[in-house]
Amino acid sequence: MEVTTVNEDLGRALLERVMSIPNGHKIKACQQCGACSASCPSSYAMEYSPREIIAALRAGVLNRVFESSTVWLCASCYLCTVRCPAGIPFTDVMYELKAMGIEKGLYKKDQHNIKMARTFTRTVEKYGRNAEVEMILKYYLTTNPLKLLGQTSLALKLLMKGRLDLFPHRIKGLAELKKMVAAVEGGSNGS
Amino acid sequence: MEAERKYSYYPGCSLMVTNRSYDISTRNVAAVLGIEMAEIEDWNCCGATAYYPVREKRSYVLSARNLSIAERNSTDLITVCSGCYAVLKKTDKYLSEDEELREEIRAALREGGMDYEGKVKVRHFLEVLTKDLGEEAVRRHVVNSLDGMKVAPYYGCLFGRPFGGRDEFEFPEAMDDLIRWLGGEPAPFPLKSKCCGGMLMTTQPDMALNMTGKILRNAKSCGAVCIATCCPLCQINLEGYQGKVSKRMGSDCSIPVVYFTQLMGYAFGLDAEQLALKDCLTDVDSVFAQRGSKR
Repeated sequence: MEVTTVNEDLGRALLERVMSIPNGHKIKACQQCGACSASCPSSYAMEYSPREIIAALRAGVLNRVFESSTVWLCASCYLCTVRCPAGIPFTDVMYELKAMGIEKGLYKKDQHNIKMARTFTRTVEKYGRNAEVEMILKYYLTTNPLKLLGQTSLALKLLMKGRLDLFPHRIKGLAELKKMVAAVEGGSNGS
Repeated sequence: MEAERKYSYYPGCSLMVTNRSYDISTRNVAAVLGIEMAEIEDWNCCGATAYYPVREKRSYVLSARNLSIAERNSTDLITVCSGCYAVLKKTDKYLSEDEELREEIRAALREGGMDYEGKVKVRHFLEVLTKDLGEEAVRRHVVNSLDGMKVAPYYGCLFGRPFGGRDEFEFPEAMDDLIRWLGGEPAPFPLKSKCCGGMLMTTQPDMALNMTGKILRNAKSCGAVCIATCCPLCQINLEGYQGKVSKRMGSDCSIPVVYFTQLMGYAFGLDAEQLALKDCLTDVDSVFAQRGSKR
């Protein structure tokens, strides 16, 4: 059975942070109409739908928000955002929830999507551009190497067409870019 | 002679090799139309949708650096990748609306010797074609009319959401118009802006295969002979997994998938090499080669 934990202090702090993103304060105007959940192409696979996540977040039931897979199944399609009658930028809220969960170590460690986000980020910070092959290989090796086999057919097709980008492209201004990203929150560590 | 139209151009990472056919066909189509697109120098990754969750503000820095480089040209910035388009546009919008954020990001840019004053307008190539050029400018270059060709215009999410006009959130019309101007017939396509799954194809393939399956099946049932796309991630999701998808859906979901720029280039009489048709993973010969070309 699910244990409902309410952590008021942390819950309030996280809610404040969600409300600090552009238009994030509109989360207060959610009437639980469910337009987000009905629009979401991923909601059928979520333990808690977007509507339930908003309710849980506002009630401080943080385990529903952070221990479920919900926010990691968001495909960033923005359909909830454009349809929400209260104007809540819910896609951005999802990004913020992902960020807060990673920062505070609130997620289950087996979320593959976190590994994807981290691997992508590290690759971009290493070269200034994405290196698709290196990124995808690292992702599968740190999650489930066997799943790589499922990709061989497409990978071979792309290879035959010369469409696999085997060599990373490093930008010239990488040193300056590193100074820039280090200057904002998060310092200089990779994730 | 066409009036010279000048823009900056941001190709984005996925157009360097994997989806270079989009880059190549875009540049060649632009040349026909007299659009000058200057690739911005030493651009970096836009951060895509995978970057926000890890470090939101860093993602703004990444995009702001690109906007800063584009600002040197004092022209609108064109991108053809809907992902890059939405991310760059979002950064520009949030920086213009939120002073605290703007000052923090500008201070970060200055650490690396750059700055951004907020003067760049981010545009999707498809929007530029339909709004800045318009019907006559496109029609006059058509040598191979797409007469009788029914095309399913697939926009995906990020062309129209969240930064298109209200009419574009769910049922954009730009590519429909373009297909008509090229002589073809846009298929009535209810799933035209339904999500293809995006990066879920890697992290949650079961979900994404269902999502692409519905789109492919819908396009076929609309009677389209091909799907036209305007985003490299949509393109690879729709063209790369048709075998798996067909098995899962229990019906044949194979259908040719091309970039709208390849379709346009064919109509303009460009050859297979100028459109990089050999890169396609689906049977595009049935769309183009079998019709022949007048040039």
